[in-house]
Amino acid sequence: MAIDNRPLSPHLQVYKPQLTSVLSILHRITGIALAIGTLLLVWWLIAAASGPDYYDTAQRCIGSTMGRILLLGWTYALFYHLANGIRHLAWDSGRGFELNTAYLTGWLVIISSIVLTIVTWIAGYVVMGGS
Amino acid sequence: MNLQTPLGRARGLGSAKSGTKHWWAQRVTAIALIPLTIWFVVAMISATGNDYNNAQQFIGNPINAILFILLIVATFHHAQLGLQVVIEDYVHNKPMEIGLLIITKGTVIVLGLSSVFAVLSITFGVA
Ligand code: HEM
Repeated sequence: MAIDNRPLSPHLQVYKPQLTSVLSILHRITGIALAIGTLLLVWWLIAAASGPDYYDTAQRCIGSTMGRILLLGWTYALFYHLANGIRHLAWDSGRGFELNTAYLTGWLVIISSIVLTIVTWIAGYVVMGGS
Repeated sequence: MNLQTPLGRARGLGSAKSGTKHWWAQRVTAIALIPLTIWFVVAMISATGNDYNNAQQFIGNPINAILFILLIVATFHHAQLGLQVVIEDYVHNKPMEIGLLIITKGTVIVLGLSSVFAVLSITFGVA
Protein backbone atom coordinates (compact mmCIF):
# COMPACT_ATOMS: atom_id res chain seq x y z
CA MET A 1 0.00 0.00 0.00
CA ALA A 2 1.37 3.39 -1.00
CA ILE A 3 0.49 4.97 2.30
CA ASP A 4 3.58 7.21 2.24
CA ASN A 5 2.46 9.12 -0.86
CA ARG A 6 -0.96 10.07 0.34
CA PRO A 7 -1.69 13.80 0.35
CA LEU A 8 -1.87 15.34 3.81
CA SER A 9 -4.12 18.16 4.89
CA PRO A 10 -2.24 21.14 6.32
CA HIS A 11 -1.24 20.51 9.88
CA LEU A 12 -3.45 22.00 12.58
CA GLN A 13 -0.68 24.27 13.84
CA VAL A 14 -0.52 26.38 10.69
CA TYR A 15 -3.96 27.78 11.48
CA LYS A 16 -4.40 30.84 13.65
CA PRO A 17 -6.57 29.87 16.66
CA GLN A 18 -10.10 31.19 16.26
CA LEU A 19 -12.94 31.46 18.73
CA THR A 20 -14.71 28.54 17.08
CA SER A 21 -11.71 26.22 17.06
CA VAL A 22 -10.70 27.08 20.62
CA LEU A 23 -14.23 26.43 21.91
CA SER A 24 -14.26 23.16 20.00
CA ILE A 25 -11.14 21.78 21.64
CA LEU A 26 -12.33 23.11 25.01
CA HIS A 27 -15.40 20.88 24.72
CA ARG A 28 -13.12 17.87 24.48
CA ILE A 29 -10.83 19.09 27.29
CA THR A 30 -13.74 19.81 29.65
CA GLY A 31 -15.28 16.42 28.77
CA ILE A 32 -12.07 14.67 29.80
CA ALA A 33 -11.71 16.86 32.90
CA LEU A 34 -15.29 16.07 33.91
CA ALA A 35 -14.70 12.36 33.44
CA ILE A 36 -11.76 12.61 35.85
CA GLY A 37 -13.71 14.96 38.14
CA THR A 38 -16.45 12.36 38.46
CA LEU A 39 -14.04 10.54 40.79
CA LEU A 40 -14.77 13.28 43.31
CA LEU A 41 -18.50 12.56 43.23
CA VAL A 42 -17.89 8.81 43.51
CA TRP A 43 -15.55 9.33 46.46
CA TRP A 44 -18.00 11.67 48.21
CA LEU A 45 -20.92 9.23 47.83
CA ILE A 46 -18.88 6.27 49.03
CA ALA A 47 -17.57 8.33 51.97
CA ALA A 48 -21.13 9.31 52.89
CA ALA A 49 -22.09 5.62 52.81
CA SER A 50 -19.09 4.58 54.91
CA GLY A 51 -19.84 6.43 58.14
CA PRO A 52 -19.32 9.80 59.84
CA ASP A 53 -15.51 9.59 60.03
CA TYR A 54 -15.08 8.96 56.31
CA TYR A 55 -17.66 11.60 55.47
CA ASP A 56 -15.98 14.22 57.67
CA THR A 57 -12.61 13.49 56.08
CA ALA A 58 -14.09 13.91 52.60
CA GLN A 59 -15.82 17.14 53.60
CA ARG A 60 -12.58 18.49 55.06
CA CYS A 61 -10.61 17.70 51.89
CA ILE A 62 -13.26 19.15 49.60
CA GLY A 63 -13.61 22.22 51.82
CA SER A 64 -9.84 22.90 51.95
CA THR A 65 -8.36 25.63 49.76
CA MET A 66 -7.05 23.07 47.28
CA GLY A 67 -10.39 21.26 47.30
CA ARG A 68 -12.28 24.47 46.64
CA ILE A 69 -9.99 25.40 43.75
CA LEU A 70 -10.58 21.97 42.17
CA LEU A 71 -14.30 22.27 42.79
CA LEU A 72 -14.34 25.72 41.17
CA GLY A 73 -12.62 24.31 38.09
CA TRP A 74 -15.06 21.42 38.08
CA THR A 75 -18.03 23.79 38.26
CA TYR A 76 -16.73 25.84 35.35
CA ALA A 77 -15.96 22.75 33.25
CA LEU A 78 -19.47 21.42 33.92
CA PHE A 79 -21.20 24.65 32.90
CA TYR A 80 -18.96 25.12 29.88
CA HIS A 81 -19.58 21.56 28.68
CA LEU A 82 -23.31 21.85 29.40
CA ALA A 83 -23.69 25.11 27.48
CA ASN A 84 -21.48 24.07 24.60
CA GLY A 85 -23.11 20.62 24.62
CA ILE A 86 -26.47 22.27 23.98
CA ARG A 87 -24.76 24.17 21.14
CA HIS A 88 -23.56 20.82 19.77
CA LEU A 89 -27.05 19.34 19.99
CA ALA A 90 -28.43 22.31 18.04
CA TRP A 91 -25.82 21.67 15.33
CA ASP A 92 -26.79 18.00 15.31
CA SER A 93 -30.33 19.07 14.46
CA GLY A 94 -28.93 21.07 11.55
CA ARG A 95 -29.23 24.50 13.15
CA GLY A 96 -26.76 27.27 13.90
CA PHE A 97 -24.10 26.71 11.26
CA GLU A 98 -24.10 30.25 9.81
CA LEU A 99 -20.82 31.93 10.62
CA ASN A 100 -22.24 34.81 12.64
CA THR A 101 -24.62 32.47 14.49
CA ALA A 102 -21.69 30.20 15.37
CA TYR A 103 -19.82 33.20 16.79
CA LEU A 104 -22.87 34.50 18.63
CA THR A 105 -23.61 31.13 20.28
CA GLY A 106 -19.89 30.78 21.02
CA TRP A 107 -19.89 34.03 22.97
CA LEU A 108 -23.14 33.00 24.67
CA VAL A 109 -21.43 29.81 25.85
CA ILE A 110 -18.49 31.79 27.27
CA ILE A 111 -20.67 34.34 29.04
CA SER A 112 -23.28 31.92 30.37
CA SER A 113 -20.68 29.47 31.69
CA ILE A 114 -18.88 32.24 33.59
CA VAL A 115 -22.10 33.76 34.94
CA LEU A 116 -23.52 30.37 36.01
CA THR A 117 -20.26 29.49 37.77
CA ILE A 118 -20.26 32.77 39.71
CA VAL A 119 -23.97 32.47 40.61
CA THR A 120 -23.48 28.87 41.78
CA TRP A 121 -20.57 29.81 44.04
CA ILE A 122 -22.31 32.81 45.50
CA ALA A 123 -25.34 30.60 46.22
CA GLY A 124 -23.09 27.98 47.82
CA TYR A 125 -21.47 30.54 50.13
CA VAL A 126 -24.89 31.99 51.01
CA VAL A 127 -26.14 28.50 51.97
CA MET A 128 -23.07 27.99 54.17
CA GLY A 129 -23.58 31.36 55.78
CA GLY A 130 -20.47 32.90 54.24
CA SER A 131 -17.81 30.43 55.34
CA MET B 1 -18.97 4.44 -9.43
CA ASN B 2 -18.80 2.62 -6.14
CA LEU B 3 -15.41 2.43 -4.50
CA GLN B 4 -16.52 -0.06 -1.86
CA THR B 5 -15.42 -3.65 -2.27
CA PRO B 6 -18.28 -6.19 -2.50
CA LEU B 7 -17.24 -7.58 0.88
CA GLY B 8 -17.28 -4.08 2.38
CA ARG B 9 -20.75 -3.47 1.02
CA ALA B 10 -22.01 -6.80 2.33
CA ARG B 11 -20.74 -6.01 5.82
CA GLY B 12 -22.33 -2.60 5.65
CA LEU B 13 -19.69 -1.01 7.85
CA GLY B 14 -18.06 2.29 7.03
CA SER B 15 -14.55 3.27 8.04
CA ALA B 16 -15.79 3.74 11.60
CA LYS B 17 -16.43 -0.03 11.79
CA SER B 18 -19.78 0.48 13.44
CA GLY B 19 -23.16 1.99 12.80
CA THR B 20 -24.84 5.01 14.30
CA LYS B 21 -25.62 3.41 17.65
CA HIS B 22 -22.67 5.02 19.40
CA TRP B 23 -23.49 8.47 18.01
CA TRP B 24 -27.12 8.20 19.09
CA ALA B 25 -26.29 6.97 22.58
CA GLN B 26 -23.94 9.94 23.03
CA ARG B 27 -26.74 12.39 22.04
CA VAL B 28 -29.43 10.65 24.12
CA THR B 29 -27.24 10.62 27.23
CA ALA B 30 -26.31 14.26 26.55
CA ILE B 31 -29.98 15.27 26.43
CA ALA B 32 -30.72 13.31 29.61
CA LEU B 33 -27.79 15.05 31.29
CA ILE B 34 -29.17 18.56 30.71
CA PRO B 35 -31.99 18.37 33.31
CA LEU B 36 -30.02 15.96 35.52
CA THR B 37 -27.04 18.34 35.71
CA ILE B 38 -29.24 21.31 36.52
CA TRP B 39 -30.88 19.29 39.31
CA PHE B 40 -27.46 18.15 40.52
CA VAL B 41 -26.04 21.68 40.76
CA VAL B 42 -29.11 23.04 42.56
CA ALA B 43 -29.21 20.02 44.90
CA MET B 44 -25.49 20.27 45.70
CA ILE B 45 -25.80 23.99 46.43
CA SER B 46 -28.56 23.25 48.92
CA ALA B 47 -26.40 20.49 50.44
CA THR B 48 -23.26 22.63 50.76
CA GLY B 49 -21.61 22.18 54.14
CA ASN B 50 -24.04 19.43 55.24
CA ASP B 51 -22.94 17.46 58.28
CA TYR B 52 -23.07 13.67 58.22
CA ASN B 53 -26.69 13.34 59.35
CA ASN B 54 -27.95 15.95 56.92
CA ALA B 55 -26.01 14.30 54.11
CA GLN B 56 -27.66 10.95 54.94
CA GLN B 57 -31.08 12.62 54.82
CA PHE B 58 -30.22 14.39 51.59
CA ILE B 59 -28.83 11.40 49.66
CA GLY B 60 -31.28 8.94 51.21
CA ASN B 61 -34.38 10.94 50.28
CA PRO B 62 -36.03 8.64 47.69
CA ILE B 63 -36.41 11.33 45.00
CA ASN B 64 -32.81 12.47 45.42
CA ALA B 65 -31.59 8.87 45.48
CA ILE B 66 -33.37 8.07 42.22
CA LEU B 67 -32.04 11.23 40.58
CA PHE B 68 -28.52 10.48 41.83
CA ILE B 69 -28.70 7.00 40.31
CA LEU B 70 -30.02 8.32 36.99
CA LEU B 71 -27.29 10.98 37.00
CA ILE B 72 -24.60 8.38 37.70
CA VAL B 73 -25.79 6.01 34.97
CA ALA B 74 -26.18 8.76 32.35
CA THR B 75 -22.86 10.40 33.26
CA PHE B 76 -20.78 7.25 33.19
CA HIS B 77 -22.37 5.99 29.99
CA HIS B 78 -21.87 9.39 28.32
CA ALA B 79 -18.31 9.71 29.62
CA GLN B 80 -17.39 6.22 28.41
CA LEU B 81 -18.76 6.94 24.93
CA GLY B 82 -16.93 10.28 24.84
CA LEU B 83 -13.60 8.92 26.08
CA GLN B 84 -13.88 6.13 23.50
CA VAL B 85 -13.99 8.73 20.70
CA VAL B 86 -11.01 10.56 22.16
CA ILE B 87 -8.99 7.34 22.43
CA GLU B 88 -9.92 6.28 18.89
CA ASP B 89 -8.86 9.70 17.61
CA TYR B 90 -5.44 9.86 19.24
CA VAL B 91 -4.21 6.33 19.91
CA HIS B 92 -3.07 4.70 16.70
CA ASN B 93 -1.37 1.65 18.12
CA LYS B 94 -4.02 -1.07 17.95
CA PRO B 95 -3.15 -3.15 21.06
CA MET B 96 -2.75 0.05 23.07
CA GLU B 97 -6.07 1.39 21.78
CA ILE B 98 -7.95 -1.79 22.66
CA GLY B 99 -6.25 -1.92 26.05
CA LEU B 100 -7.26 1.64 26.87
CA LEU B 101 -10.83 1.05 25.71
CA ILE B 102 -11.10 -2.00 27.97
CA ILE B 103 -9.61 -0.07 30.90
CA THR B 104 -12.03 2.87 30.51
CA LYS B 105 -15.03 0.58 30.13
CA GLY B 106 -14.02 -1.47 33.15
CA THR B 107 -13.30 1.62 35.26
CA VAL B 108 -16.63 3.17 34.36
CA ILE B 109 -18.51 -0.01 35.30
CA VAL B 110 -16.69 -0.36 38.63
CA LEU B 111 -17.13 3.32 39.56
CA GLY B 112 -20.73 3.46 38.36
CA LEU B 113 -21.81 0.34 40.24
CA SER B 114 -19.94 1.43 43.38
CA SER B 115 -21.66 4.83 43.37
CA VAL B 116 -25.09 3.31 42.82
CA PHE B 117 -24.40 0.87 45.63
CA ALA B 118 -23.35 3.74 47.92
CA VAL B 119 -26.56 5.64 47.20
CA LEU B 120 -28.73 2.55 47.73
CA SER B 121 -27.04 1.60 50.98
CA ILE B 122 -27.70 5.10 52.34
CA THR B 123 -31.33 5.01 51.18
CA PHE B 124 -31.99 1.65 52.78
CA GLY B 125 -30.10 2.59 55.91
CA VAL B 126 -27.50 -0.14 55.63
CA ALA B 127 -24.67 2.28 56.22
C1 HEM C 1 -24.18 18.38 31.36
C2 HEM C 1 -24.72 17.87 30.31
C3 HEM C 1 -23.89 17.40 29.15
C4 HEM C 1 -24.16 17.64 27.85
C5 HEM C 1 -25.36 18.42 27.30
C6 HEM C 1 -23.10 17.01 27.06
C7 HEM C 1 -23.04 17.01 25.68
C8 HEM C 1 -22.07 16.43 24.93
C9 HEM C 1 -22.07 16.31 23.49
C10 HEM C 1 -23.18 16.80 22.55
C11 HEM C 1 -20.93 15.67 23.13
C12 HEM C 1 -20.50 15.31 21.70
C13 HEM C 1 -19.59 16.35 21.18
C14 HEM C 1 -19.12 16.07 19.78
O1 HEM C 1 -19.95 15.78 18.90
O2 HEM C 1 -17.91 16.18 19.54
C15 HEM C 1 -20.18 15.40 24.33
C16 HEM C 1 -18.93 14.81 24.38
C17 HEM C 1 -18.30 14.43 25.54
N1 HEM C 1 -18.77 14.55 26.83
FE1 HEM C 1 -20.47 15.48 27.36
N2 HEM C 1 -22.20 16.41 27.90
C18 HEM C 1 -22.64 16.62 29.21
C19 HEM C 1 -22.02 16.17 30.36
C20 HEM C 1 -20.85 15.44 30.41
C21 HEM C 1 -20.24 14.92 31.62
C22 HEM C 1 -20.82 15.09 33.03
C23 HEM C 1 -19.09 14.29 31.23
C24 HEM C 1 -18.06 13.55 32.05
C25 HEM C 1 -18.26 12.94 33.18
C26 HEM C 1 -18.97 14.41 29.81
C27 HEM C 1 -17.93 13.91 29.05
C28 HEM C 1 -17.83 14.00 27.69
C29 HEM C 1 -16.71 13.52 26.93
C30 HEM C 1 -15.45 12.83 27.48
C31 HEM C 1 -16.99 13.80 25.57
C32 HEM C 1 -16.14 13.48 24.35
C33 HEM C 1 -15.44 14.71 23.88
C34 HEM C 1 -15.01 14.63 22.46
O3 HEM C 1 -15.30 13.67 21.74
O4 HEM C 1 -14.36 15.58 22.02
N3 HEM C 1 -20.06 15.11 29.33
N4 HEM C 1 -20.90 15.86 25.43
